[in-house]
Amino acid sequence: MIEKTVAELSAALAAGETTSVALTQAYLDQIAAHNEALNAYITVCAESAIAQARAADEARATGSTAPLLGIPIAHKDLFCTAGVKTTSGSKILHNFISPYDATVVERLQAAGAVMLGKTNMDEFAMGSSNESSYYGVARNPWNLDRVPGGSSGGSAAAVAADLCAMATGTDTGGSIRQPAAFCGITGLKPSYGRVSRWGMIAYASSLDQAGPLCKTAEDAAILLNVMAGVDDKDSTSIALPAEDFTATLNNSLKGLRIGLPKQHFTSGLDPAIESAVRVAVAELEKLGAEVKEIDLPNSDLAISAYYVIAPAEASANLSRFDGVRYGYRCENPVDLEDMYKRSRSEGFGEEVKRRIMIGTYALSAGFYDAYYRKAQKIRRLVKEDYARAFKDVDVIIGPTTPSPAFALNSMKDSVTMYLEDIYTIALNLAGLPGMSVPAGFVDGLPIGMQLVAKDYAEATLLNVAHQFQQVTNWHKKKPVLTASEKTTEA
Amino acid sequence: MQYETVIGLEVHVQLSTESKLFSGSATTFGAEPNTQANIFDLALPGTLPVLNEKAVAMAVKFGLAIGAEIGKRSVFDRKNYFYPDLPKGYQVSQLDFPTVGKGSLTISLEDGSEKIIGVTRAHMEEDAGKSLHEDYQGMTGIDLNRAGTPLLEIVSEPDLRSAKEAVAYLKKLHSIIRYLDISDAIMAQGSMRCDANVSIRPVGQKEFGTRTEIKNINSFKFVEKAINYEVQRQKDVLEDGGRIVQETRLYDADKDETRSMRSKEVANDYRYFPEPDLLPIVIDDAYIEAIRATLPELPDRRAARFVSDYGLSEYDAGVLVATREMADYFETTATLSGDAKLAANWVSQDLQALLNKHSWELSDSPIQAERLATLIQRIKDNTISGKIAKTVFEAMLDDSSDVDAIIEAKGLKQVTDSGALESLVDQVIVDNPDQVQQYRDGKVQVIGFLVGQCMQLSKGKANPAQVNEILRSKLS
Repeated sequence: MIEKTVAELSAALAAGETTSVALTQAYLDQIAAHNEALNAYITVCAESAIAQARAADEARATGSTAPLLGIPIAHKDLFCTAGVKTTSGSKILHNFISPYDATVVERLQAAGAVMLGKTNMDEFAMGSSNESSYYGVARNPWNLDRVPGGSSGGSAAAVAADLCAMATGTDTGGSIRQPAAFCGITGLKPSYGRVSRWGMIAYASSLDQAGPLCKTAEDAAILLNVMAGVDDKDSTSIALPAEDFTATLNNSLKGLRIGLPKQHFTSGLDPAIESAVRVAVAELEKLGAEVKEIDLPNSDLAISAYYVIAPAEASANLSRFDGVRYGYRCENPVDLEDMYKRSRSEGFGEEVKRRIMIGTYALSAGFYDAYYRKAQKIRRLVKEDYARAFKDVDVIIGPTTPSPAFALNSMKDSVTMYLEDIYTIALNLAGLPGMSVPAGFVDGLPIGMQLVAKDYAEATLLNVAHQFQQVTNWHKKKPVLTASEKTTEA
Repeated sequence: MQYETVIGLEVHVQLSTESKLFSGSATTFGAEPNTQANIFDLALPGTLPVLNEKAVAMAVKFGLAIGAEIGKRSVFDRKNYFYPDLPKGYQVSQLDFPTVGKGSLTISLEDGSEKIIGVTRAHMEEDAGKSLHEDYQGMTGIDLNRAGTPLLEIVSEPDLRSAKEAVAYLKKLHSIIRYLDISDAIMAQGSMRCDANVSIRPVGQKEFGTRTEIKNINSFKFVEKAINYEVQRQKDVLEDGGRIVQETRLYDADKDETRSMRSKEVANDYRYFPEPDLLPIVIDDAYIEAIRATLPELPDRRAARFVSDYGLSEYDAGVLVATREMADYFETTATLSGDAKLAANWVSQDLQALLNKHSWELSDSPIQAERLATLIQRIKDNTISGKIAKTVFEAMLDDSSDVDAIIEAKGLKQVTDSGALESLVDQVIVDNPDQVQQYRDGKVQVIGFLVGQCMQLSKGKANPAQVNEILRSKLS
């Protein structure tokens, strides 16, 4: 039962084939068997999950038809959850129990979802491998020596290994799409402003966006229906006409115009991934789509601009972690300055400190124009590239990542790691929606195909992804797990 | 050497919104520590700001009142620095695109002339909390009630040339803000705060001298004292061959001196950048016109009207319009009593003296405009004399019954019965034969003395005009 999709579980629960309590217990058993090896969860809420499941079963008995009623979910550990530890993968929040729920959490709970726990992630969502988590690396269920990707690595691993039916994640530069690709699942980063950021611990406010990680495009549509919507607590969330994203899943792809950016099929790309993606695109052509090459001339500038803007915003966003009101405080500070310095030096990990320093530098007097202002100009150019491209095409398709999941500890330096996000990062700068769907295997590891659509055209993405999944089986492949599996030393 | 003083003021005004600039917490002054701080004010992770539109309306209102350009697209920025009473580690402010741009206001100088003072800009920002150093041995208490209270920072051009001009500017600003009802603007409570940028230069020199910024000035009186102290200090430094260091100086009211706080040359780099959690504020003409329609009559225009409509002197009009409450009080009194000049005198002299004596606000006064108007009517209809009116005014302080009842009860009603007055006059003529003789010998000014005697004999209740007339006829 635990390997089923959300849509299938919904039907099974509605038909009385199982109960939420039984289902929740099954996932808790799977977590008990495999989380030690995968380290996908930082916190498991067994007791409250069963209580929520029981409440869901009771609600169903009294006629509730909430869309996710009784279906177990895992939340990335940067969504604030009332009464439950919320760490953002950092030591500095090792003892932080949020007094409130994020809007995303609240909406999913109102839709009947049962929270199994909080998933592992790169510290403050800064990373592409989950290796910067204070709570240890999460591992890729397809190969425990490989990273699950990041920063939503725990959520991706949990979905892939059936440690939950669905999960939430956030994507600032690829943090939903890249781990989805590495773990062989479906991940959606909605348009900026589509989903409320209230209660989501900020990394880079102008880029962060929450979205679902799940087993199919159909599930992603079901989740987006619940997660999306304007929120008066988030001024950057956008009021859009109400939409049922499941309604257009079965639209025909006849006449769909697909663009393949030439910059995404160059020498940096693993040839095996390139051919897998081209095969996948050919499947879409068979469904009636037309394919043409397009030009995104400023693609190569996106990473540099991102690594100015995101750290700049992060440097301010992370200032509140100062040891004064909550979170980690150093022992016996001698004065205020000592308290700040040691609390932050001891509380933050290396990658977080690096980005705070980069951001602080980029915003400093005398450097602002050369870095921050210039990066914002590039951001506009990148946005214009996509706007131009979308005059001729409906969807832009390419690989999600240049290579499959890499080995733990294999990235020699940060910059090499940053280049992993080469295909994903531009979307965040442009605010566009993007998806990763399983599109094949390379060396026994799943790889992803990225779909991009224009602002607020998530329905198009989901339609294309769903149609693709009707004619392919990549999304149905499952990693083989053994409960006693030993992990090699990381 | 003759020096010229150059002053610019940065005035922070707490906008009197019910809730904070970016959160729903209350802004009431004086609540128990941290009872008005919600999860956003505490900067819990994941919380986001939501702009209080009332604060924007107030800022725009102020801008229109000083004839300023209103920013059609204003942008909030983060100003980064660490301090325990700044929970987010940055203050949200406006750097390049403030809501209120260039404007000006007019001040009256001592010689009666007027001077236009430029306002560079006024921007919105959030206030910090308070650090409490007393009561916590070796530790610091943090009270975040004030954190996030909306502030309007009003920055003047360096157009002020003396401490007196600075005070006149600040008082004018205070008056406009009170008229607009956008802030309590009470300096002692910190709802209006003033920093002064002060420099001096040799008379005739074009370039400005090096300035110092004086902080912690919390009354109009101290503005004058602090600036005067600082100007003298700078003169002393220059005359001793030294140079002025650009720095922030703290005014110590107890010692009446300024002292160095920290050098601005090594000041914080605030690393401003646009606040990504908030959208720019976009203001259209319709919004501006809707706000303009709510503007009250402002002090300058009201004073001009008092001169033209009520025949007041410019000086009296200026005094009466200083606060909106005082001007309203005067207008009610003038209208109800039907005598604007008497009303102006009573309000600007007797009432003002009363308020000063008790340190009262106008609203504390037991004598409301309606009662004062009745008193003035009783002078006009000869029920009491102007002098007796002062006694009645005193009595009205402790007695809230109506004016006529007080006059009646105290037997202060003016004697106008000519029979009674004639016997009074006869008595005075009998008692003062010498003066009567002098008058008859042509020393007519003695009549004043004789009237005075009559008044004294009547305990002030005799109608002086009638007494005068009867005396003259009896002595002729």
